Amino acid sequence: MTKGVDVDLEDVWIRFGDFVAVREANVNIKGGEFFSFLGPSGCGKTTILRSVSGFLEPSQGRVKIGGKDMAGIGPNKRPTALIFQNLALFPLMKVWENITFSLEVKGVGKAERRKRADELLDMIALSDQGDKLPSELSGGQKQRVAIARALCAEPDVLLLDEPLSALDLKLRQHMRTELREIQQRVGITFIYITHDQGEALTMSDNVAVMRAGVIDQIASGHTVYNDPATPFVASFVGENNVFRGTIKSIDGDMALVSTNRTGELLSRIATSARGKLNVGDSAMMFIRPEACNIAEDVSPAANRFSAMVKHEEFEGQIYNVFLEGSEGKEIKMSLVNIGKQRASAEGSNLTLEYEAKQAVVLPAGELASE
Amino acid sequence: MRAENVFLKIMLWAYLVIFFGYLLGPLIVMSITAFNSPSFPKMTPWECLTFEWFDVLANDTRILNGIENSLIIGVGTVILSVIMGLAAALLLTQIWPKLRATYYTVVIAPILIPGVVLGISTLVFWDRISVMLGMSTGSILHNGIFLTILGQSTFIASYCMLVFVARLQRFDTGLTEAALDLGATHVQAFWKILLPFMKPAIGSAAVLAFLASFENYNTTTFTFGKFPTLTIELAQKVRYGINPSISSLAFIIIALTIFGALIHEVYRRRQQLALANGAPVSAVSGGLQLPRMLRGNPAAIILILLALGGFSTIWFAQTYSPDVCKMDVREQKRLIQEERIRAIREQRQLELQQKQQQGSGASGGSTTAPSATQSPGQGAFGNVFKPGNLDRSTTEPKADKPAQSPGKGAFGDVFAPNNLDKAAPKEE
Ligand SMILES: Nc1ncnc2c1ncn2[C@@H]1O[C@H](COP(=O)(O)OP(=O)(O)OP(=O)(O)O)[C@@H](O)[C@H]1O
Ligand SMILES: [Mg+2]
Repeated sequence: MTKGVDVDLEDVWIRFGDFVAVREANVNIKGGEFFSFLGPSGCGKTTILRSVSGFLEPSQGRVKIGGKDMAGIGPNKRPTALIFQNLALFPLMKVWENITFSLEVKGVGKAERRKRADELLDMIALSDQGDKLPSELSGGQKQRVAIARALCAEPDVLLLDEPLSALDLKLRQHMRTELREIQQRVGITFIYITHDQGEALTMSDNVAVMRAGVIDQIASGHTVYNDPATPFVASFVGENNVFRGTIKSIDGDMALVSTNRTGELLSRIATSARGKLNVGDSAMMFIRPEACNIAEDVSPAANRFSAMVKHEEFEGQIYNVFLEGSEGKEIKMSLVNIGKQRASAEGSNLTLEYEAKQAVVLPAGELASE
Repeated sequence: MRAENVFLKIMLWAYLVIFFGYLLGPLIVMSITAFNSPSFPKMTPWECLTFEWFDVLANDTRILNGIENSLIIGVGTVILSVIMGLAAALLLTQIWPKLRATYYTVVIAPILIPGVVLGISTLVFWDRISVMLGMSTGSILHNGIFLTILGQSTFIASYCMLVFVARLQRFDTGLTEAALDLGATHVQAFWKILLPFMKPAIGSAAVLAFLASFENYNTTTFTFGKFPTLTIELAQKVRYGINPSISSLAFIIIALTIFGALIHEVYRRRQQLALANGAPVSAVSGGLQLPRMLRGNPAAIILILLALGGFSTIWFAQTYSPDVCKMDVREQKRLIQEERIRAIREQRQLELQQKQQQGSGASGGSTTAPSATQSPGQGAFGNVFKPGNLDRSTTEPKADKPAQSPGKGAFGDVFAPNNLDKAAPKEE
């Protein structure tokens, strides 16, 4: 069993002409870790991955694998294997030949290759499909063949570029757990790219959230969700309600924010913003839909606000209530379905409360676009 | 409405008939003349079914030599053009995008330049080179095969490149990257990924190159030196008059072409069918199960069918003898000839009598041609359409004719004044 190796990006910049695709990336990925890059389409995830696999040299900075600087080392000399966004299975080769291509180019004999292919086919539960062509497989099967082909090369680092994006929801969920299992079994470093935050949070040890070439935060999924470093991360990862305003007062970790529409509200200051926020600064406060509740007590308090109910949405296990917020944006509240009828009539005012520790305030900044 | 439909249908059919007649008519006529016995290629009148022209062809060393040279040059051109075309196409996909249009124009230019110019320039260029290198005139740079291959490849490589570019545009460069990522060297990625993908295009380009080389005349005519190709030989032959052995060659070429196209089509259909059914190609090889050696090997099948066709033709040609028929035709011709001579003689006599009558003071007036009644086959144009007329070799009894009418040449009586204008008396 191979032990994964560290991958380090040190001050990596990647430019295409004048266009900066990746800006000042500093990432340390530990050996054997499942690490994800999460970000919207076009933010530079694939570009970073290509610089790790060797198809792109960074315009500036260093890529290190296992502590070794990779500058000038081609993709065929790096201990990495890449699973491409479109899989890139060789269409003219049979499945088993695809899987053992890395052995073929090393000059391994056919009998041995066939044997290794059968082992890997067993692992991906495609034992009797080795003699098919890739075009004769289903999407999920192709996916697994691509994984087997990459694993056959016995890389120290496996790079996966949105490998599940083409699959339907059920299969995607199934493949998530399967990938995670494989990673734990082989113990090598996985670098996983996705724009699906659910995928990143469920599978990864650590997540880097990217925005337009910049890495906003690197942390565990838990931290990224609960303690975002920027308004972008807060609004991109999971759903969030944003309240704009200014800082009225600060007391230790907590701040009182005077919001534009819903009065003064108390909130925890995000770890990254501690010591940077001052009274009078414009700020953004975030409250997750699931952190809100219908208040029993409607007297004014720093963790209560009221808004008009616009409409409701039933989702089965939860139902969402949408209330009128500021700037035409709706405030979303998710209530666990415990068999009650609707929370309130449309058009009526509803008072909500939340736990101040679950809200988070950050300096005002760019939000993720819907 | 209905009538219009019918009318349209008729028009469509008429159009199709005319179109295909125009396309294929000459080929059909030419093929038929290969089996007719007269020594000038003609379809009518049909005289005797014969295979002698294939014999003549098989014994014509110049034609055979031409075919050999054409084949050698064809193979050379295929190799050179395919390699150059592939290299050019690959470069086109790699080159800096801004240069691409210019590069494309340059590479495509040889197709637009007249073949004559290419031929001359090839000759001049390599002559210069050999002079510069101080080589003798017998050197390889003056060798006809060498020069022809180079000259033809200048533009055939461009054709090949077009074929390759079309295929390359559908190539996913990600595949090459995937191969590199899995540890392949660039060379391995080329051989194992790109080349297999290009295989069908290489096949098409090779066929195209071979055909273009085989039929080329205007470039080759400057470069062939001591190695005339088939087209050159044919052109030279035609200058001195042709016989149906050329038709038989044409027939062979047409037959091979049709045969090849049919085989290819069948093969392609079958593959498409297999793919459409979603079955592995290997599993669907059609209703008939071929022996293992031939399965998925169209070349072997073609060879076997060719051999079968060839053997049956040869067998038939050897058992069938057109000699009897030819004797008949000769006999018939002789009879006709004699008949004609007799007719002429009688006419002469008649004319003599008329002259005597005129001389004796009787008025000229209108005299009917008595010969018309004697040989009903001859019309106002005399013997022009008689088969024996164009055929000098069969008009044996001609020897005694000049004595009778010195003005008559190979065309028999056509130009004899009394033939065209029998009513007019010769001397007033
Ligand atoms: N070869 C290139 N030349 C110029 N610009 C490029 C090139 N490759 C990528 N880019 C640009 O870099 C940016 C990042 O591209 P990248 O492929 O890394 O996005 P991504 O995060 O992988 O997006 P997606 O989720 O859609 O795959 C894009 O704006 C893209 O247009
Ligand atoms: Mg991408």
